[in-house]
Amino acid sequence: MSRADFVVHQQEFQLLEECLERLQLDASSRAVFLIDKNGQQISASGDVSSFDTTSLASLTAGNVAATDGLAKLIGEREFSVLFHEGERDHIHISVVADRAILVVIFDERSSLGLVRLRVKRASSEMSDLFEQMDAARQLAAGGDAVPSPFAELTDEDIDALFSE
Amino acid sequence: MTFINYAAKEINCKVVYYGPGLGGKTTNLQFIYDRTAPEARGKMISLATETDRTLFFDFLPLELGRIRGFKTRFHLYTVPGQVFYEASRKLILKGVDGVVFVADSQSERMEANIESIRNLESNLKEYGFDLMELPYALQFNKRDLPDATPVIEMYRMLNYKREPTFQAVATEGRGVFDTLKAVAKQILIHLRNS
Repeated sequence: MSRADFVVHQQEFQLLEECLERLQLDASSRAVFLIDKNGQQISASGDVSSFDTTSLASLTAGNVAATDGLAKLIGEREFSVLFHEGERDHIHISVVADRAILVVIFDERSSLGLVRLRVKRASSEMSDLFEQMDAARQLAAGGDAVPSPFAELTDEDIDALFSE
Repeated sequence: MTFINYAAKEINCKVVYYGPGLGGKTTNLQFIYDRTAPEARGKMISLATETDRTLFFDFLPLELGRIRGFKTRFHLYTVPGQVFYEASRKLILKGVDGVVFVADSQSERMEANIESIRNLESNLKEYGFDLMELPYALQFNKRDLPDATPVIEMYRMLNYKREPTFQAVATEGRGVFDTLKAVAKQILIHLRNS
């Protein structure tokens, strides 16, 4: 069954966060988000507290999925960039390494050109990071893997979650 | 596809409510939303038509608590049940960790139930999932209606793999949380065994 879980470890998470922070500053944006293609937020940077981040992640993933469907309908592999222009704020959405979605929210303090330029660089860095994560995962699968904390999950642990 | 973030100590799982149109998928989510403490739930999003039919999906993020130090989050989605929304229905299944099938107990909807399970099975296959292996719960909804098909008959027609099955009246909340718990439990057991 195709159920490869998406796992992020401490060090990888820090590198992704640093990359996002750089992008947020370099693009003079309000906030940037990294979301997995199923709508789970991986990381965020900037003025994050002014957004409902969970809803934003889920709707963005739905938007990208629908646009992907549209692309396939007309024989395109994908539309890798989406841009929504508002009166004050704008959203730039791009797919990174076919597995994550990078969302940049910006206003008049930045411009579409600058955002596109900075996103391109950050996307390339993140693609490299994802490749390194895959390589590390494959190496771990080959032998000295760190045991999963869930391997020792007991029925009591699970029942405790539903005790309410 | 469960998303495990070791840095933030979070597990995020995706549950999809599937079933024929007007079967009560959105009502299930609405009840869960209404009865969950505000600190344990996020905003419920419904992308619906003007007549309140699901157009793309409903979405409800839930936080169940901690397990082995990890914050456990479940993202609940419904699909649009109407036949002609097939393309968008398929999209919602992407990356699913567990499915709840909400069957309509009315006798005239039995064919629609069967058709929808077949549709679920084939859409899952396209993503490389096998319903035989996926965490799955079956709910017979609308048990309060006078023309509800007998449970034994529904089970005979809709049971897929002896999955946990519940009788429900989603408008009153009967069976709603039991169904959710059953699928969530299977997802966590699956995580332990994988």
